[in-house]
Amino acid sequence: MTTSSLPAPGAPLDHYVSDAPFDPYSVEAMTPAQAKVYQASQRRLMWWKFKRHKVALWSAMFLAALYFMILICEFVAPYNLHTRNVDFIYSPPQDVHFFHEGSFVGPFVYGRKMTLDMDTLKRNYTDDTNDVQKLRFFCSGDPYEFWGLVPGSFHFVCPAKDGQFFYLGTDRLGRDVLSRIIYGARISLTIGLLGVTFSFVLGVIIGGLAGYHGGTFDLIVQRIIEVLQSLPSIPLWLALAAIMPVTWSPIVVYFGITLILGLLDWTGLARAVRSKLLALREEDYVLAAQLMGARPARIIGRHLIPGFMSHLIASATIAVPGMILGETALSFLGLGLRPPITSWGILLTEARSVNVIAFYPWLLYPMIPVVLVILAFNFMGDGLRDAADPYR
Amino acid sequence: MIRYILWRLAVMVPTLLIISALIFTIIELPPGDYFESYAAELRAQGEGVDMDRLNQLRAEYDFDKPPVIRYFYWLGGMLHGDFGYSFEYELPVSDVVGDRLWLTVLVSFCTIVFTWLIAFPIGMYSATHQYSWGDYGLTFLGLLGIAIPNFMLALILMYFANIWFGTSVGHLMDQRYLGEPMSWDKAKSILEHLWIPVIIIGTAGTAGMIRRLRANLLDELQKQYVMTARAKGLHPFRTLVKYPLRMSLNFFISDIGSILPAIISGAEITAIVLSLETTGPMLIRALQSQDMYLAGSFLMFLAFLTVIGVLISDIALALLDPRIRLQGGSTK
Repeated sequence: MTTSSLPAPGAPLDHYVSDAPFDPYSVEAMTPAQAKVYQASQRRLMWWKFKRHKVALWSAMFLAALYFMILICEFVAPYNLHTRNVDFIYSPPQDVHFFHEGSFVGPFVYGRKMTLDMDTLKRNYTDDTNDVQKLRFFCSGDPYEFWGLVPGSFHFVCPAKDGQFFYLGTDRLGRDVLSRIIYGARISLTIGLLGVTFSFVLGVIIGGLAGYHGGTFDLIVQRIIEVLQSLPSIPLWLALAAIMPVTWSPIVVYFGITLILGLLDWTGLARAVRSKLLALREEDYVLAAQLMGARPARIIGRHLIPGFMSHLIASATIAVPGMILGETALSFLGLGLRPPITSWGILLTEARSVNVIAFYPWLLYPMIPVVLVILAFNFMGDGLRDAADPYR
Repeated sequence: MIRYILWRLAVMVPTLLIISALIFTIIELPPGDYFESYAAELRAQGEGVDMDRLNQLRAEYDFDKPPVIRYFYWLGGMLHGDFGYSFEYELPVSDVVGDRLWLTVLVSFCTIVFTWLIAFPIGMYSATHQYSWGDYGLTFLGLLGIAIPNFMLALILMYFANIWFGTSVGHLMDQRYLGEPMSWDKAKSILEHLWIPVIIIGTAGTAGMIRRLRANLLDELQKQYVMTARAKGLHPFRTLVKYPLRMSLNFFISDIGSILPAIISGAEITAIVLSLETTGPMLIRALQSQDMYLAGSFLMFLAFLTVIGVLISDIALALLDPRIRLQGGSTK
């Protein structure tokens, strides 16, 4: 308002209305960036937080790639699981070369010649640098049955025709170690997941009932948890694994082992569920649900558990490596899985004595995926645990 | 204080009872018994089996009675030091076990001390230098300790010790001291062999401890009293040692309870690979041959060891921190 528009002294003031558009919420208005954060769903917030933890993100991608690989390991592995190359027993790893005598050939390996040392009966392998065996990609090679059902022979990489490609060497029966590691992933990685799923179900049910009902049941459950947590797990696993009769087929043994691993591992989760439920069951929305006539199972499953599901998943992730290590240890001691089922633990049994390590150190390669997977699960679990609480 | 100890002892009784029932069930579950597998083995070797003799043995060791009754016999026997009879060795279990028990205790104890010695400085460093390269590096090393299976580490160390020192590192003592009474030479031999299993078993537990100590110290370091101490001019190191560290000492002792089962687990596996003269190799053999009293007593003993360990840590904690004692048994 300028002074010229002022009314004469004594005259009544005009009623003034500003023409500018009026937004009553302008004080609370947010920038688009802020709005994005405030309107994001919890899942989206968790994803943002998880993304910030770079190591966890990389670990998750690594694990996703591995789990994808076990779906198609027949295709990824250059050889079949049981193919024996009788002329190449205990053959050391073959290096992949790109240049032959100064010219580029593409990925290839040199052929192998075996001589038997008649004094020590040790097989000595030498590279024949005239024999260039070019690797083939997306090729047809060793026949297999995809998931034991569909016959096929299509591989990502195969050796040259009548050639060999043992990138990580061969074992005492001339089987390709790399292929066996790839097939072993199928068992080793799923056993952890199945075991955790089993212990997850047990933990949620038992912990949920104990926390929701309290009373005598809670007391008994708490005692049992205390007892189970104070017992050393590996001797108990051994004892439980010894129960399984020798006559069981390997696949039944596989499920038996997952059951054993899960059976002793639910205590931590049950504890977490119980303590959360003890606090949450006093909330008003639980009372509301009760008044509407919901049964305990529905209240626990529909109203209470989803509230801290993300925490549970994070702690379940951290339990997976223990299971993988447990299976490896059991199989290594001969009480776990049995051939022809092949896991990383079974592969490591081949490297059981110091002599083997001294002469055929490449049989230790299955240890690398074990270590990597356990590290990845640990990192991913850390990231998930941080992300599970996105509002902090 | 005495009331607290008595109360803790009283709580131990039901725990041990549940454990014994659990272990007996597990041992009882495999179909058949030792005599059946023994008879099968004899038949496989083409020898005749004297069924009368077997049945007589069965009756002698109460195998004709229902499991529940045998459980109470076993339990009652253990109360006055009779752990049953090992069929495989044809000796009472207590004779077979001998000083293997003490060696297991020794290995576990040394491992705990080792874990402390490693985890303490590293945890302190990681907490005071949070998010530094040193912190990341040490945490990663600790994680590596978890990730490498104990038995593989045992094999690899065995191999390198063979190359570098030229000694055989398997076993817990020189072979000539086996079964001999304790002497200075024997003790020395044990000490020479002890470090490898201790390192192997210790690596797995150290990482967890470092992580927990770091988190614990970080919580304490944020508190106001630390700022007050710094504000009045106390040297950072003195501040750390005098206040937050003392607070987390508590946790160090209470952590025994959580790492002891892991240490004993690790000790068993490592013992089997290194063929140490502890309970590990014998336990697995007993489990495979269904020598049930031997296996059961071993498991019972290992469980007892952890329960006692937790008890000791609880009592030490109560001595250190009066708040825990005052709460009495209501929380634990």
